[in-house]
Amino acid sequence: MSSTRRWQHWLLSDSPASPFQAAAGRTYLGLAEFLKNRLAVFGLLIIAALILIAFFAPYIAPCDPLVTNLVNRLQPLSAAHYFGTDEVGRDIFSRIVWGSRLTLYVIGLVAIIAAPVGIIIGTVSGYFGGLIDTILMRITDIFLAFPKLILALAFVAALGPGIENAVIAIAITSWPPYARIARGETITIRNGDFIKAIRLQGAGPIRIITGHIMPLCISSLIVRITLDMAGIILTAAGLGFLGLGAQPPSPEWGAMTSTGRAYIIDHWWLITMPGTAIFVVSLAFNLLGDGLREVLDPKSDN
Amino acid sequence: MLQLFTIRRVKKATHQTVRLLIMVAITFFGLLFITFLIGRVVPIDPVLAVVGDKASPEVYQQARLAMGLDLPVWRQFFIYMGSVLHGDLGTSVLTAKPVLQDILRVFPATLELAVIATCIGIFVGIPLGVFSAVKRGSFLDHITRVIGLLGYSLPIFWLGLLALIVFYAKLDLLPGPGRIDVFYEDIVDPVTGIMLIDCIIAREWDIFWNALAHIIMPATLLGYYSMAYLSRMTRSFMIEQLRQEYILTARVKGVAEWRVIWGHALGNCAIPLITVVALSFGTLLEGSVLTETVFAWPGLGLYLTKSLLNADMNSVLGSTIVVGTIFLGVNLFSDFLYKVLDPRAR
Repeated sequence: MSSTRRWQHWLLSDSPASPFQAAAGRTYLGLAEFLKNRLAVFGLLIIAALILIAFFAPYIAPCDPLVTNLVNRLQPLSAAHYFGTDEVGRDIFSRIVWGSRLTLYVIGLVAIIAAPVGIIIGTVSGYFGGLIDTILMRITDIFLAFPKLILALAFVAALGPGIENAVIAIAITSWPPYARIARGETITIRNGDFIKAIRLQGAGPIRIITGHIMPLCISSLIVRITLDMAGIILTAAGLGFLGLGAQPPSPEWGAMTSTGRAYIIDHWWLITMPGTAIFVVSLAFNLLGDGLREVLDPKSDN
Repeated sequence: MLQLFTIRRVKKATHQTVRLLIMVAITFFGLLFITFLIGRVVPIDPVLAVVGDKASPEVYQQARLAMGLDLPVWRQFFIYMGSVLHGDLGTSVLTAKPVLQDILRVFPATLELAVIATCIGIFVGIPLGVFSAVKRGSFLDHITRVIGLLGYSLPIFWLGLLALIVFYAKLDLLPGPGRIDVFYEDIVDPVTGIMLIDCIIAREWDIFWNALAHIIMPATLLGYYSMAYLSRMTRSFMIEQLRQEYILTARVKGVAEWRVIWGHALGNCAIPLITVVALSFGTLLEGSVLTETVFAWPGLGLYLTKSLLNADMNSVLGSTIVVGTIFLGVNLFSDFLYKVLDPRAR
């Protein structure tokens, strides 16, 4: 009891002795704030479960997601097939479990591609200003002027259907908001005294941007990216549904819904199960994003 | 003095308009550049798509020259830009008709859906947002929050399929996919292309009711997403306004509460809401791609998907340009309204 107190005292000290103590204290307060938001914690738990399921897919899934068994086709839910079987007798539960890997693959890759592009364009644009800013922001506006899905569709049309191309198309359409956010943050930071001090010490623009501006843009970007994850999942599933994302027989949830369409009248589980999976995961990201926004970005309140 | 002031204002307004138009022109130019680039990186050989793979090398070469593919890329871009500006979006491989003609034929169906959906969004979503902002933390506020969350999380195509299962297959309350029952097709003259209006013009009431029954599900579905977005935005705008001091002043003066809320506060939200409605209209065009596929609705979205699956690049890029241009136009219009309505922006 008293040791817990002491830790708390150390964390909440108003005169921290080291940068580490200050950072630990901030994290503690943020975490406490976050844990109070039960819905956000619920979202986080679902995402953690998704990651675990994806990681342990071979051990969780009772059947091979790709092996067909025409004798067992279109079986309703049962103890042998928790979510039933599809039109060629594959176990839907196993396919959904394996499909979680594809979902994580898509959102992970999109975030890895789009976030750095957005942050680089945004910080460079905000730091240098002037002509560079005008040109980069015009380009950003051009991408923002398109509805996202339509632009992604056009890119997929050019690159050809497939999950990698869907990722590229979604990433190309996702970076502009990140650039906008990073630029906004950079403009408020760039004239700060600490930036001037670093410049006097002889730091060049690259060091200032990568070492001192980018880290300060991260927290608002994380909020935005988490909130975008739901949209990315929905777009990827939409592309899969239209037959332009992951191709059959791969167990992508959107593509599974699409093949289930032909059987909706009598075999409802073919579309219901993968659709629910998409819904639950995007809901989780929305809940988590809302929670993170309240902790990391308390200014915006809605 | 007054005259001088007016002249200055007119000058400023012209200056702003010119600036805005230049911005729009640049964006449009960029839009064309992107579609041009997409057309260039296509792995499908455009010449082969026209002449077929059994053509002799001479025919191939001739077609290549006729399509201008031997010219430098920048000249190709200018030729492309010129033809797009003249309304020439190329010929569809699938329908063998000019793409623009195809798009004009299918677009009214999408417009019909998007307009009804926007109306649902405005007339249900905005009041819902106002009520939940006024009574924060109430039961209604929680419902608005859930509606918003579901709207951001449910895959639209899946919700559409579920609606088809429940209302069409199980309950048999509403008709299934399509814009109209098969035996009613091609009876009504497409004067405007908007089925409901055409039926009224032709006084075909049976067909009108049939068409109305068909549009209920897809329009409500799209309208739900519009409502989810608008109610959430309205709520946050209203909360911001209700905090302001002029609201307190109005209340102290004894203005009726309903007037404070629906007149003063909502009146001041009107301007940002216009931008949001414009944005949501653009998003609806996007949602219509998936909705139209689910409900076999013969609009621009279905046309785009069909062209995509058949690698009909002219139609795909043509539709992209049209949707992008509409989006740009709607945004320009909302900027314009913003200027007219907001005295500070004048």
